[in-house]
Amino acid sequence: MDTKTKRSGRAVYVPGNDIDTDRIIPARFLKCVTFDELGPSLFYDERFDAKGVSKGHPLDQAIHAGASILISDANFGCGSSREHAPQAIQKFGIDVVIAESFAEIFHGNCTTLGIPCLQMAKAPRAELAALVQKAPEEPLLIDLESMQIMFLNQSFAFSMKPSTREAFLAGTFDPLDELLAQRDAVAAVDARLSA
Amino acid sequence: MVGQLENGQYQVFMALHLIHEVTSPQAFGMLKDKGLNVAYPARTFATVDHIIPTDSQARPLADDMAERMLQVLEQSTAEHGIEFFAPETGSQGIVHVVGPELGLTQPGMTICCGDSHTATHGAFGCIALGIGTSQVRDVLASQTLAMDPLKVRKINIHGALKKGVTAKDVILHVIRVLGVNGGVGFAYEYSGDTISRMTMEERMTVCNMSIEGGARCGYINPDETTYDYLKGRERVPSGEAFEMARARWASFASDDDATYDDVVDFDASQIEPTVTWGVTPAQAIGVGERIPTAETHTDEELLASALNYMKLEANAPIKGTAIQVAFIGSCTNGRLSDFEAVAEVLRGHHVAQGVRAIAVPGSEKVDAAARAKGLHEIFESAGFEWRKPGCSMCLAMNPDKLVGDEVCASSSNRNFMGRQGSSTGRTILMSPIMVAAAAVEGAVADAREVFGLEG
Ligand code: SF4
Repeated sequence: MDTKTKRSGRAVYVPGNDIDTDRIIPARFLKCVTFDELGPSLFYDERFDAKGVSKGHPLDQAIHAGASILISDANFGCGSSREHAPQAIQKFGIDVVIAESFAEIFHGNCTTLGIPCLQMAKAPRAELAALVQKAPEEPLLIDLESMQIMFLNQSFAFSMKPSTREAFLAGTFDPLDELLAQRDAVAAVDARLSA
Repeated sequence: MVGQLENGQYQVFMALHLIHEVTSPQAFGMLKDKGLNVAYPARTFATVDHIIPTDSQARPLADDMAERMLQVLEQSTAEHGIEFFAPETGSQGIVHVVGPELGLTQPGMTICCGDSHTATHGAFGCIALGIGTSQVRDVLASQTLAMDPLKVRKINIHGALKKGVTAKDVILHVIRVLGVNGGVGFAYEYSGDTISRMTMEERMTVCNMSIEGGARCGYINPDETTYDYLKGRERVPSGEAFEMARARWASFASDDDATYDDVVDFDASQIEPTVTWGVTPAQAIGVGERIPTAETHTDEELLASALNYMKLEANAPIKGTAIQVAFIGSCTNGRLSDFEAVAEVLRGHHVAQGVRAIAVPGSEKVDAAARAKGLHEIFESAGFEWRKPGCSMCLAMNPDKLVGDEVCASSSNRNFMGRQGSSTGRTILMSPIMVAAAAVEGAVADAREVFGLEG
């Protein structure tokens, strides 16, 4: 069961450093006025050739069907600010991303959508990815409070931006209500700047 | 700043919010779902840029989905009382070209836009942030953002640029050295005499690509060049009010004794015209250099996958690489001075056979100013198509796209796989005059040699 502090699910490893948002969701799929239909287009050009035939990308391997945790390498999500990227990830069914590091805007977008971005050092991250490759049917257990991943009786430490972790633990990863609560203070700033 | 949130983040007021058709329509939907209104519509401005065709902009647009996106933006802005710079109004253009040229972008402002190249506006001494759609929603509803504090890296650039070396080469060089994720967690503040001598348009080119270096935003202290640029612009106060604004702006400049989390120095005289060979903007070399090899590149896997995608050989010279398309435009290099610089060298030359060359002004104002100077004729007689304003082939959400594995010499900012509309298309980033040189030669070339700029 997923709770505020715990997530679980099977993982899929998508290797590569500097995977940019154009690869996560090619620009032609940004033609939309809602995000609802984006799931199937996730990593489209990496998954399908020009004729729409599967290239055997990890996401399309039967063994990974239903995986809800995405593991990748360094600087994941660099490039544009398009929220279409984390939206496509979420609509595809992924609700946690693990990488060595994340591009900032992407990280912020994921957080607002409630997708925790877990950071791991290179060596343990590689070890975890290798283990997942060997036993893709086994679930990972993620504890945001203790910042530990349990997999096949091994535990792996990860890190999170402190403010992000706080927000997940408190369930306030979507800041809108908190922002709206300060209406009067905001009005005062507006008045001062408009003067 | 408004205050601090429970998780330790800060709530920051946004003085200016810019929106466009790709990342913003969904935010209006989110507002509707929550029964919320736009809190400060007078602080938000809209334009259409990404999907707009650059040949015919007649309505309805030929692409149904593009037409719908434009309609949703028209309806949402009308409903909420937001000013919309529609096509044919004389003010439409790429969001990061429009804000500065109208004078909406002013020193000391906090600016945000659902677009990563919002970093551009930092050239005016603004904190300018690219945000996601949920944050666009936050700003529409509250005029504020939740933010973590930023560390600042000062990037000092000193010395004279060689002839034929431009602001684009400077920023490509900086990213080459510091890497595409070198800036994560940082704002980049550019300073030094090389930057001080730059025009506002050159400074915008530099700040624009901060995001390609992984930085959250770019920043340059405002100075006389900044105030001179703003004076007389449509949305800038005039007369006495201008003098008051100018004094206020000057007070925002960071102090000489400000402390930085990191400082890096560059010698501008060492920078060569720079071009990319791979699939990230950091995979760049001087035009006279050879493509890296496993010995000279730090990440063998990245090198192999980039060369495989680009169909280029390690250790081969980049000069001479054949191109089929040349693109001058984008929010990085689609301003008047970019077209002026190219027009100056292009006269008397012609685009090589088999090369499709397009020039796309960044805004209707840039287009009008260029036409008034007859620049479009110089481009056209050299074999370029002169198009209507928009993002065009920078990300190819409109009909301007690469076909198959065409190679494009491009003045834009991203050479990611598939960026220019074909999943196998290849992009080589460079300055506008380098694009012109490549167009003339039909291959990557040194503009100094092609146009006799030496010495
Ligand atoms: S010109 Fe390119 S980078 Fe700039 S806003 Fe348009 S698509 Fe984005």
